[in-house]
Amino acid sequence: MAALLPGWAVAAPATLHDSLEQRIKACTACHATQEKQNAYFPRIAGKPAGYLYNQLINFREGRRQYPMMTYMVEHLPDAYLREIADYFAEQHPVPPPAQPSNAGAAVLARGRQLVLQGDSSKKIPACIACHGAQLAGVAPAIPGLLGLPRDYINAQFGAWKNGVRRAQAPDCMAQIAERLSNEDVGAISAWLGTQVASADTRPAASIAMPLPLHCGSVPGSTAEAQP
Amino acid sequence: MKKAMIAVGLALIIAGSAKFLLWPDDDIGPPAPPSNLSQEQLVARGAYLSRAGDCMACHTTRGGLPYAGGRALQTPFGQIMSPNITSDRETGIGSWTADDFWRALHNGKSKDGRLLYPAFPYTNYTKVRREDSDALYAYFQSLPQHRQANLPHALRFPYNQQIALAVWRALHFKPAVYQPAAGQSMEWNRGAYLVQGLGHCSACHSSRTTLGGSNDGLSGGMIPVLGWYAPSLTSDAEAGLGDWETDHIVQLLKTGVSPRATVFGPMAEVVRLSLQHLDEPDVRAMAVYLKSLPGPAQAVKPVPRDNSTAAQAQLSAGAKLYETHCASCHQADGKGVPPGYPPLAGNRALTTTSAVNAIRIVLNGGFAPGTAGNPRPYGMPPFGPVLDDREVAAVVTYLRANWGNDAPAVSALEVNKYRSVPLE
Repeated sequence: MAALLPGWAVAAPATLHDSLEQRIKACTACHATQEKQNAYFPRIAGKPAGYLYNQLINFREGRRQYPMMTYMVEHLPDAYLREIADYFAEQHPVPPPAQPSNAGAAVLARGRQLVLQGDSSKKIPACIACHGAQLAGVAPAIPGLLGLPRDYINAQFGAWKNGVRRAQAPDCMAQIAERLSNEDVGAISAWLGTQVASADTRPAASIAMPLPLHCGSVPGSTAEAQP
Repeated sequence: MKKAMIAVGLALIIAGSAKFLLWPDDDIGPPAPPSNLSQEQLVARGAYLSRAGDCMACHTTRGGLPYAGGRALQTPFGQIMSPNITSDRETGIGSWTADDFWRALHNGKSKDGRLLYPAFPYTNYTKVRREDSDALYAYFQSLPQHRQANLPHALRFPYNQQIALAVWRALHFKPAVYQPAAGQSMEWNRGAYLVQGLGHCSACHSSRTTLGGSNDGLSGGMIPVLGWYAPSLTSDAEAGLGDWETDHIVQLLKTGVSPRATVFGPMAEVVRLSLQHLDEPDVRAMAVYLKSLPGPAQAVKPVPRDNSTAAQAQLSAGAKLYETHCASCHQADGKGVPPGYPPLAGNRALTTTSAVNAIRIVLNGGFAPGTAGNPRPYGMPPFGPVLDDREVAAVVTYLRANWGNDAPAVSALEVNKYRSVPLE
């Protein structure tokens, strides 16, 4: 029989290793377990799955703009993107170390104030009002804020201000970004960088509704304002 | 006085022939045969045909309303904005009749008689039969009205002039419905009809003249501005399918992967939006037709080997890089593990004269398109951030010269050129 089929059984063909990890090497080449701590490759591990899924869709549909990401997800169906988002949401590598800041005490104090209390005179809610008291995010769709490169956070606020990062309407973060001065953005990212999450922190299961602002990407969010 | 009369007479004759040459009357084409399709069936037929024509790819922006237009098509002559073809009466084609639609598809003219730019591939669509045009018309009229005003093109002079288009058309366009070839099977003719007509494969898979005329046939060509090379579908040295099994061609077109190759770049979009949605017999007909295309009579010329020390050093650097970065998936023998990892040995995407596609895949990696037949595709990491231009050149040169592959070396300069081409 083998003689009738040239090439048959000459060398055992390599077998295809079928696992999601193997299929998404294109993702983990940059979003690696050994994280690069670089503004272009932010930590996505451990973020709520709904948030990650929304971002993948946003790249595919042009609401976020980073050519390499759009190129990667452009031809991938929703169900597969959901599976990829779930995978990364379940990864919990050790939180990265703090990023020392030389912004100065006054700036860091302002950053801390904005994150923990907000600034009612500017109608800026506290970050923790949505992102959770631990800043670890809230399932399913609100991301954690710790462990992200400072430059990445600055760049995202810039993108919201310029309209090149968008979410499902109403886009609450775009409204907040609008109200924040560049100095305030710098203060927030500097203070967040100095904070380190504990290794066992996970996104909160829920948060008090309604949110300070209506967020189209958060299930359960309504137009009703928080008292 | 007599001289003046002769001059006027001559001018009229010239003007008359110019009118005849540049603005010929519309071709009416053969009428649709009587049909007993219900309106619902007609719309469903049109929906299917719009997939075959991949209309959505151009007439929808990223994340935009389906068929509401607005996608900017970059050409060497400037930017062309695709129009709204939903049933909105003011901004779409809701006020068009089936005759107006036929005129656009078959004669390349808008409802108001304006000559259309051939970025709308009417040089292909002219082959579509009237009954199929009517089905497409019924489908587009059935789409929800999306009010979205058309954006103006941004073309450079003289390409923005109707007279320039008229001259172009005189040179490159003759309206004519596809005529079945006698002596070929029904299946072959169905494939030819789809490939040459709605499929508009030649829009990419042929070279273009400096005026943007598509050299007919499927002899391969660089896609302007996008910076991908659409290989020849006739030459077996490129993507000619003469030595492929028909089943493998069908698999590639319908799922994006096959034992021989994986689609990537603009073809991934074609598979995702168009080909995967077509019925298997239609895809098979296209495969049968494509496989039958005769390659150009050309002797395969072996590439003269460069035996210099520098060339040898590049090859051995490439071999080392391959072992480090590529072999775990594509295997030491280059046979890959299809359909997850396509074979590199004998993969013609690597050995076309222009190495652009191989360079871009190494730089950017990417996923095969997710399709019903391959919903969780494998992806290749981008190596642009890991390897420098010299290293990419070395590994691509190695791929092009190993396991029986035989194509010229690649330089770091060539690689560098493709670090900056747009990714989307």
